[in-house]
Amino acid sequence: MNVPDNLKYYKEHDWVRVEPDGTAVVGITEFAAESLGDIVFVELPEPGTKIKQFDKLGEIESVKAVSDLYTPIGGRVVESNQAVTDAPETVNDSPYDSGWLVKIELSDAGEIDNLLSAAEYEALLAAEG
Amino acid sequence: MAPFGGWDMPIQYESILVEAKAVRSNAGMFDVSHMGRIEFTGPGAAEFLNRILSSDVPKLRIGRARYGVICNPQGGIIDDAIVYRLDEERYLLVPNAGNADEVIDWLKKWMPDSGVTMNIITNNLSMIAVQGPRAIEMLDSITTNDLSKVRPFRIVEAPLLGTDALLARTGYTGEDGFEVMLPSGSAVALWDALTERGATPCGLGARDVLRLEAGLPLHGNDIDATTNPYEAGLGRFVDPDRDGYVAGDALQQIRNAGPGRSLVGFVMRGRGIARQGHHIMNGPDQIGEVTSGSVSPTLDMNIGMGYVPTGLSDGGTRLQIDVRGRLIEAEIVPLPFYSRRKNE
Repeated sequence: MNVPDNLKYYKEHDWVRVEPDGTAVVGITEFAAESLGDIVFVELPEPGTKIKQFDKLGEIESVKAVSDLYTPIGGRVVESNQAVTDAPETVNDSPYDSGWLVKIELSDAGEIDNLLSAAEYEALLAAEG
Repeated sequence: MAPFGGWDMPIQYESILVEAKAVRSNAGMFDVSHMGRIEFTGPGAAEFLNRILSSDVPKLRIGRARYGVICNPQGGIIDDAIVYRLDEERYLLVPNAGNADEVIDWLKKWMPDSGVTMNIITNNLSMIAVQGPRAIEMLDSITTNDLSKVRPFRIVEAPLLGTDALLARTGYTGEDGFEVMLPSGSAVALWDALTERGATPCGLGARDVLRLEAGLPLHGNDIDATTNPYEAGLGRFVDPDRDGYVAGDALQQIRNAGPGRSLVGFVMRGRGIARQGHHIMNGPDQIGEVTSGSVSPTLDMNIGMGYVPTGLSDGGTRLQIDVRGRLIEAEIVPLPFYSRRKNE
């Protein structure tokens, strides 16, 4: 299972990467994408929406089931990935790259410290079996 | 794997969407051994089944199959099933897995003291459905029979992989194909032979998507003991005017009055997927409930079925589905969503 070292993780199987300009890119992990199976629908917040760390971010649906999405980081949504809402399978194909979900302007960079490192997230996956 | 009607069943092998597309474009195979297989023999078999099933059993000729429902005396659907006439005094009934015990209890309740013997052979025979445009040619290359000559809703006994099998040209996907019943010891050999010939293993997830596209109801979702066959759009499989039919009185009344609600198909016009249990709305008023909903990979739309008042059941009627608090526009369309003739 691919768990890139340069990302931070939330236990609900989301990742976040802080860009040099301070915006955070958020997505779901390869484990989450594979567990869901064929992703067929993604509902994401409008740009401008303010969300708190670990709040519900949106919904993601596979053929069989609906799951809530949670944000690993709080702030203001500056962009939702149109490619993903138009073609939800992009999340299956490329969860860490073109399948990103939202970009968020951080409200508090210190929130990153509440998240897991790649090694910690891998340990969590191993524990969940 | 997931528990289903007392069996452990695969929801998917690789991908529900890939499996569903394989059935529409090539061939897929489903292990449907969880379906019941109940054999009835004896001079009273036809008369007995005629009391239980919604369609006229004595009219069924040898080697033919008929779909029907099993109704309680109020007209509620205990289960749906296919009955096959194998010989003069030998019938095979294939109901669903989910309520096999209930069906068997129901059959026992009406079973006469003599003239008919019921034999539950579910665990002796496995059942593999092979479905899709290439299903017949794949099976043909395994049997000595020319299966293309077996017409839809017919069943033949034929040698297959060194054993005797029952091959029925029936299915639950909207595609051509067969349902093969054979001794369980030979099931893996058939699965392997079909794999070699390019059939895609398919799970319950794909089966559910395909049957919904084909507008086929699923017992437990779209039909159950609280629904009757007329409102479920199954009236053409019901003959309530036969002597001794246990649900005849109730079904005659329902037929004569006309159903107050109807099972309809709808396509989503807004962004969202309807799911079982979502409310069907007409503006501020709830008018029904979704009984099945999914994406349709074949039609590239989101589709569903549910009951609405018969006065609001015409094709083209706009309504809304309450998808977890969001009202999404939908439109009633005639069933089936997909048929292999219509969509060719």
